[in-house]
Amino acid sequence: MPMKIGDPSFDTRVEKGLKDTFMRQAVTSAQERLKLAKGKAEEELGNWEEWRSLSEEIRAHTLENIDYYLHQLSENVSKNGGHVFFAQTAEDANAYIKEVAQKKNAKKVIKSKSMVTEEISMNEALESVGCEVIESDLGEYILQIDDHDPPSHIVAPALHKNKEQIRDTFIEKKGYTKSSNPQELTLFARELLRKEFLEADIGVTGCNFAVAESGSISLVTNEGNARLATTLPKTQITVMGMERVVPTWEELDILVSMLCRSAVGQKLTSYVTGLTGAREEGDVDGPEEFHLVIVDNGRSKILGTEFQAALHCIRCAACINVCPVYRHVGGHSYGSIYPGPIGAVLTPLLEGYDDHKELPYASTLCAACTDACPVKIPLHEMLVKHRRNIAEEKRTTLSETFAMKGFGLVASSPALFNMSTRTAPFMLSPFTKDGSIKNGPGPMKGWTDIRDFPESKKERFRDWYKHRESKKGGGSK
Amino acid sequence: MIQHRETFLENVAKQLGRPGRTSGVKRPVYQKSPQHNVMKDHSKDELLAILKDQCLAIHTDFKQTTHDGIEKAIDEVLEEYKASSVITWNDPRFDAYGLSDFQKRENVDVWDAGKESRSIELAERADVGITFSDYTLAESGTVVLLSNKGKGRAVSLLPTYYIAIIPKSTLVPRMTQATDAIHKMVEAEGARLPSCINFITGPSNSADIELNLVVGVHGPIRACYIVVEDR
Repeated sequence: MPMKIGDPSFDTRVEKGLKDTFMRQAVTSAQERLKLAKGKAEEELGNWEEWRSLSEEIRAHTLENIDYYLHQLSENVSKNGGHVFFAQTAEDANAYIKEVAQKKNAKKVIKSKSMVTEEISMNEALESVGCEVIESDLGEYILQIDDHDPPSHIVAPALHKNKEQIRDTFIEKKGYTKSSNPQELTLFARELLRKEFLEADIGVTGCNFAVAESGSISLVTNEGNARLATTLPKTQITVMGMERVVPTWEELDILVSMLCRSAVGQKLTSYVTGLTGAREEGDVDGPEEFHLVIVDNGRSKILGTEFQAALHCIRCAACINVCPVYRHVGGHSYGSIYPGPIGAVLTPLLEGYDDHKELPYASTLCAACTDACPVKIPLHEMLVKHRRNIAEEKRTTLSETFAMKGFGLVASSPALFNMSTRTAPFMLSPFTKDGSIKNGPGPMKGWTDIRDFPESKKERFRDWYKHRESKKGGGSK
Repeated sequence: MIQHRETFLENVAKQLGRPGRTSGVKRPVYQKSPQHNVMKDHSKDELLAILKDQCLAIHTDFKQTTHDGIEKAIDEVLEEYKASSVITWNDPRFDAYGLSDFQKRENVDVWDAGKESRSIELAERADVGITFSDYTLAESGTVVLLSNKGKGRAVSLLPTYYIAIIPKSTLVPRMTQATDAIHKMVEAEGARLPSCINFITGPSNSADIELNLVVGVHGPIRACYIVVEDR
């Protein structure tokens, strides 16, 4: 699956999202539960702000010295008998992964959840050389057997589906015969996938954090699928975005603690697995061969810019879970495998503004994302920076250009401003019904298409304020 | 083998607007270190009480016993889980804790470094896998397992149920103490770490279907911690 997903038009995607009542309810309730769980986890830790500051400091230091830490990481992986491939582009990464698969004469590849392999379309690359690629994360598996439905959330990829839809997919594609009870559905997937794990030639994983000092990679999961993918197949390929490195195990402690709490409100997930090289002499399980693929694919362009801190992201989705826009439009509307506030920041950085110019506007700039971020990425400020860049490149919609130009002209003259605010109720009266505006003109259209806008007050703020001050008389002095 | 590193890192340094760095970087002294204050002065008994509470949150059964009661405690768990076949690590602590007779029972297999395919197969077929814990984290209810040839990864993963024997002396406040110890191993030996270090917190689970928690996905579907007083 490439990074860009769904219908090419942002408006079409949003319209589809808004009409999907189940998805919107599911997202709302998921956001509530995840927010609550994170809040509780923060409280239990006590001094959350200190933890955030420390996490930010760790990420900033690592990214400032990213070449040093990647060098150290690769030295240590190699010292432990692993292979390291530095991939400038998605194509480079896929070419190497295909080469390994062909050398191993691999027929079956089992994968644990990994966003970066989605980003580079690794599955398609492996399929092109005759490998069957099987997703083993339950959510990803559901999406894969449902004709490759795209993920809508980076932690809970099948969030937009209900259990009846999942049951129907299992019936249609896998001959399932039981109910829509999640327990039964999960047990069915466990049995099917256990066979696949035992047969797979290669296990592919992502990487939550690589530890430079020891050449280790860490995987943070609940289901245990990443453990299976790195215990049974003879060859392990781990694909990591180049920013996903920490200096030592001491920093790993902090960032894993923050990731688990921020993503799902757990103190630690069921499994945090640190893997160093391939199996050791005498080991019976674990891979005989280990390959680490370190992917740039546009990330280095972000270094040294005002957006560098976007690379601090630890993929917890806390920003997604508090975003009021995500709540209404859902993950698919973003048209990227990275949705929500971090997606709106990151996607245009990795792929350019041309295809993603609407994303920085898919935000109310309420800053809930920035407050939620465990590594203190100033997400909403970055969205404003994107908007500025886009406006400077004149990529904004015509009506916004006119509206902003009009506002600039009007606001620059006190007399015109005074007149325009006085005439607003009158000018908008054709669009007003029962005290609200249902089909507003120009820049209001985007808003009123999906919700009402309150009618303009007959009394302006300026007049109300003047009136109030005069009523107070001299008393306030 | 390392491929394409030089060009890749040169580009990174160029983007950062400075010469490349492959040596001489020191970690900063971080301004805050809240991780060291968590349960700082807690006794082993206080840590044990926290571990016990946390087991409720992570859907894990909890037992506490003396050195002499350990075999009986395991039998109780096997009975409760209606489990018969067992696989254990090949770990000298089984002997030290008086479990060598247990390991000789007919329905109990011991991880065998010599015969590759058979150990994995046995683990796959076993009802229960039993390991010791190397570090135990009170805060999160986590057992930390360091692999070696006798301590296979599959024992805590493939069987339907999992039992961790926790010597009370392995209790520490949180992940910090375990990662500090691992960090010291890296610095001291300069040699490689165990190929697999697992932090295990209860049975496997998933919430991928409508965010409903399902306990038991790819790993064990039920887990029990047995805390043992040290001799």
